[in-house]
Amino acid sequence: MKAAPFEYVRPESLAEACALLEEHGPDAKLIAGGQSLVPMMAMRLARPAWLVDINRLEELKAISIDDNTLTIGAAVRQCVIERDSGAQANLPLLGRALKWVGHVQTRNRGTVGGSIVHADPSAEIPLVACVLDATLVLKDASATSEVQAREFFFAPMVTAIAPEQCLAEIRFPTWGEARVGCAFIEVSIRHGDFALVSACAQVALDEEGRCIRAALGIGGASPFPHALPEVGEMLVGRKLDELAIVEAAGAAADLIDADGDLHATADYRRHLARVTAARALASAVEDAQ
Amino acid sequence: MSSAPEPAAFRYIGKQRRTKEDPRFVTGRGRYVADIALPGMKHVALVTSPHASARIKAIRTEAALAMEGVHYVLTGEELCANVDPLLVGVDTPKVVRYPLAHGVVRYAGEWIVAVVADSRALAEDAAEKVEIDYEPTPYVLDPEQALLPDAVLVHPDHGSNVLYRRTFTWGPVAEDFAHSQHQLSFRVHWGRSATVPIETFGVAAQWHPGTQLLDIWASIQMPKFPDQTARALRLPGNAVRVHFDVDVGGSYGVKRGIKHTVLVGYLAKRLGMPVRFIEDRLENMRGGDMHGPDRIFDMTAAFDGDGTIRSLKIRALDDVGAYAGRSPLQLGKPVGAIVGPYRINSVEYEPISVLTNKTAQEAVRGFGQAPTNYAIETAIDRIARHLGMDRIELRRKNFIAKDQFPYLIPSGSTYDSGDFEAVLDKALDAAKFDDLVAARDAAREAGRLAGIGIATCLEPSGGNSAFEPLFNPKNETTTWMDSCLVRVDLSGAITGVMNTSTSGQGHETLVSTVLGEVLERDPDSIRVVHADSLNALPSNSPVGSRMAIMLGGAAAGAAKKIKAALMAIAAHNLGVPEAALEYRDGNISVGDDASKSLSWDQLVEIAHRKFHKLPPGLEPGLQAKFVWEVPTGGGLPTADGRIQMYPCYSFEAHIVLVEIDPLTAQPKILDYVCGHDCGTMINPAIVHGMTYGGIAHGIGAALYEKFAFSDNGQLASQTFMDYLMPSAMEVPGIEIVDHCTRSPLTEFGQKGSGEAGYLGAPAAIASAINDALAALGKSVDELPMTPLAIWTTLQGESSK
Amino acid sequence: MSERLYKVRLKVNGKDVEAEVPSRQTLVDFLRDTLRLTGTHVGCEHGICGACSILLDNEPVRSCLMYAVQAEGCSVTTIEGLSNPDGTPGVLQDAFCEMHALQCGYCTPAMIVASHALLESNPAPSEAEIRDAIGGNLCRCTGYKQIVQAVQLAAENIAKGAK
Repeated sequence: MKAAPFEYVRPESLAEACALLEEHGPDAKLIAGGQSLVPMMAMRLARPAWLVDINRLEELKAISIDDNTLTIGAAVRQCVIERDSGAQANLPLLGRALKWVGHVQTRNRGTVGGSIVHADPSAEIPLVACVLDATLVLKDASATSEVQAREFFFAPMVTAIAPEQCLAEIRFPTWGEARVGCAFIEVSIRHGDFALVSACAQVALDEEGRCIRAALGIGGASPFPHALPEVGEMLVGRKLDELAIVEAAGAAADLIDADGDLHATADYRRHLARVTAARALASAVEDAQ
Repeated sequence: MSSAPEPAAFRYIGKQRRTKEDPRFVTGRGRYVADIALPGMKHVALVTSPHASARIKAIRTEAALAMEGVHYVLTGEELCANVDPLLVGVDTPKVVRYPLAHGVVRYAGEWIVAVVADSRALAEDAAEKVEIDYEPTPYVLDPEQALLPDAVLVHPDHGSNVLYRRTFTWGPVAEDFAHSQHQLSFRVHWGRSATVPIETFGVAAQWHPGTQLLDIWASIQMPKFPDQTARALRLPGNAVRVHFDVDVGGSYGVKRGIKHTVLVGYLAKRLGMPVRFIEDRLENMRGGDMHGPDRIFDMTAAFDGDGTIRSLKIRALDDVGAYAGRSPLQLGKPVGAIVGPYRINSVEYEPISVLTNKTAQEAVRGFGQAPTNYAIETAIDRIARHLGMDRIELRRKNFIAKDQFPYLIPSGSTYDSGDFEAVLDKALDAAKFDDLVAARDAAREAGRLAGIGIATCLEPSGGNSAFEPLFNPKNETTTWMDSCLVRVDLSGAITGVMNTSTSGQGHETLVSTVLGEVLERDPDSIRVVHADSLNALPSNSPVGSRMAIMLGGAAAGAAKKIKAALMAIAAHNLGVPEAALEYRDGNISVGDDASKSLSWDQLVEIAHRKFHKLPPGLEPGLQAKFVWEVPTGGGLPTADGRIQMYPCYSFEAHIVLVEIDPLTAQPKILDYVCGHDCGTMINPAIVHGMTYGGIAHGIGAALYEKFAFSDNGQLASQTFMDYLMPSAMEVPGIEIVDHCTRSPLTEFGQKGSGEAGYLGAPAAIASAINDALAALGKSVDELPMTPLAIWTTLQGESSK
Repeated sequence: MSERLYKVRLKVNGKDVEAEVPSRQTLVDFLRDTLRLTGTHVGCEHGICGACSILLDNEPVRSCLMYAVQAEGCSVTTIEGLSNPDGTPGVLQDAFCEMHALQCGYCTPAMIVASHALLESNPAPSEAEIRDAIGGNLCRCTGYKQIVQAVQLAAENIAKGAK
């Protein structure tokens, strides 16, 4: 299980990285944490001719907060978010999701952006990005463009990114309401495994406990992380009691186009979508109390 | 009862003592096969079959061979012409297996071409350049379909897919069934899993033309490995030297890389270069010959209203995959404990070993006993449920009582000793069983699914070869010896020589503890080394939970010979009969008289240097070997297939509390207690460690691990992303409670424990899951009991 | 055409190392085959079993999931670097011996690396924290219990001043 040969290059800047991507096109592949790419290369399922290492690009490693946005550089390691008090305070949902991501050793190396670009449908970080309606900032040699996470994921490992583009940063909207709660619920066979199904929810409540805003999404069930803004809208203005949650979870499960595989059938995944959606909402409501 | 002393009487045996092996491993100084670097060593990669069944029409190797750094490309055509087929455990001469396929492939992942290059990476590059034309042919994956008259044949020359099938009837089965008040039948399926060591199989070989000797370093745990390697390579036995000092990174039965070794041995000799093959994980999972039993049990039990179980009918259909080594024999070992710990008067047993187009099965921890225990224990639970009886009471009612040993079971084996009630009681106490029931019931009250699992199982130990003649009348192997050589050097230091490799069982600790015990010398001062196969005394390797008994017994036997020599020297020099002498800490005196004594050092010096002081006839130097046969061993089966299998019977009682999330169907083990009786423990930490590990394996087999095949015969769980082994997050904090019923057959009263835990854990966990589901009138009847399987069952119709 | 080699300089167990490596050589293969530090083991080569765990700039990572060339300028600690300077077992390694927290020893160096990293950041971990820290390291021998006990014992011994 050894990778096919490749040329390795470590650019000094993002601009240089983008120039390399432009030069080599689909023959080049960016490597950040490598926690998904290196195994694929070991099995020769991926065999780039050029491997462009962006691990050291400081311009991809910033975390910044302004009024209602937390911006995370694509090459920020997952463990850094776990330890970053600003990120934890402003984006607790990402912190909760990270508890389900792999293990200490993979989070020490894996990056936020790498998980998004790899686009495993059961991965946690892409789901959070979709649910919170994050904006992905993509750069190539000549331009910067933006795409919403919800528009980014097409199918397992298929995304809107072009071969010459590099994900530079992810802008997560932060919620400013006084009472915000969130939760990330996952069903996996073992801890640290890919999710059979995951659900995450974030809610903002007014003083009476009525919903001002709600965001919900399901991962692992369908070919891409599935944000369900229409379900969130259903909940606005309502007390998030058991009935409301059951209705929302049912609507969520109905909207999912579930897939089956070795570990779970489509029916089981649809069922789990309903269960995890309900639990995520209930837990988010409790978190907002 | 045992003649061995109570464990407390020992000086070193049974005491909490550090092992000899651990310090080198914790500092990263183990020496595994992948750590061996021979000058000029070349590396192998394989081309494997993408088809479950196909004819190989053409193989083109030129492009691969032309690549820089590539030394050789070996096909099955050349290999099969130059080596002999690998041995099969049953009488099936037309089921022929070589390391590389020739002409046809019979499972996806089967090895076809071996490429030798300067590095593994280059070998993989070249393997991609080998072109093979296939003509896909029909295949059979389902073992029951494989039995049908019109089935696709995996080995057409064999004439059927059945490797072995026989119906044994032991005792008055028909009468017992006719006279019993109740019967019930059910089917359970033990899914295909294995022990999957973290180290894959590896082998390095070097041919020395000058001496015509093949050196082999291998990650091996296999009886007769040097003999079989030499035979397949058409070499005399003394032309193969297997180095048993290679540390083996886990095995638990599966490290049987005979085809790997024949391949690499052939290449090393053919090329005149040292050659190494370390399986990568894909090769290991798909074609490494390490899948375990895959067994469907059809069980019928006959019993009375008071819970007396009279008779069992067991049909066991085992899917061994596309080739057979020793795998059919895994249906043979359970014959020695076919009634479990119960007084069951008669048994009908129909083992069927069937070929399919899947990866070949090999030996796995317990050698087929764990699946059978699962089937028997499921029967006990079902009988209790049928009668409305308490499962524990039913077990107690049928247990062989402690005063009934030695106890002859219908299939011809005699159980040596046991006190099953006492072990179960200890386990129930440790589990605080009433609290456990209260916790289960409270969970149920709160709307959750919870169940308690019970399993009371035997671990036959002291492995012998009795299933070989039982399953193959042409095979009269009844000898299954082990040995130890002990030397005391001129400095007085003791060295024990063992004759097989070790895969974590702590044999150096075992030998040094036993030698220290008998000779009353500090085990820490005793060195234990592994001979190579040309220096070695006979051994049958650490299979069948045998080494505490067999190697421990051999070490004791050799040490007693040393002690006897010392006594003879002392008697001769002190001028008194041996009966007047006292041996203490290696020094010998006449009674308590210090003035009439010889110290260890003096005795050793006489043995080595002072022939004039040596008693006539005593061999100079101070060394002794002891070779012995498995206790009770050596008989052929009767015409109706009764035979004494392994001599010693360890016992384990598992109590487990499981909760199942009623919505997601995820099971979680909340409490786990195992009562364990393996007689006298030589080193408790080693015994406990193996038992915890065996339970963890059992948890894997019960809940997580499965070699799943797709409908087109591809192994779907070929990486660790899909073959799911339990981590520290899944295995709970297990509590073990010890009990000691000494074996009357062994030196110190010890029994085996290498397979402990694994033999009962799957049964216990299945019992717990089904206790939880029984409240809904449902059961899961197949391992592993994954969330999907449990959820699917929860959705289905209630069976009652 | 021979494979191109890339220069890499790093610190391994405190010593400066300079080498030329093929780009596709993983860090674990470099440590084992080139530097002959064979205490770090290969189990799956696809990032699941954890047997290749090492410390990269003091953080535990899987050395099968990066290429040696990527370790340029980094500090790597392997099991060999966690022993006492004279090669005898350190406190944590000694606790593994005391509790017999291993059998075949194959996963052991990585278990010790993972546990070492835990104790560096959390000197008094709970059982749950220990299990989480070694949750990415598979062991097929021990069932983990004695490993958890060994880490607890090491934590106690370190608290008492053992070095």
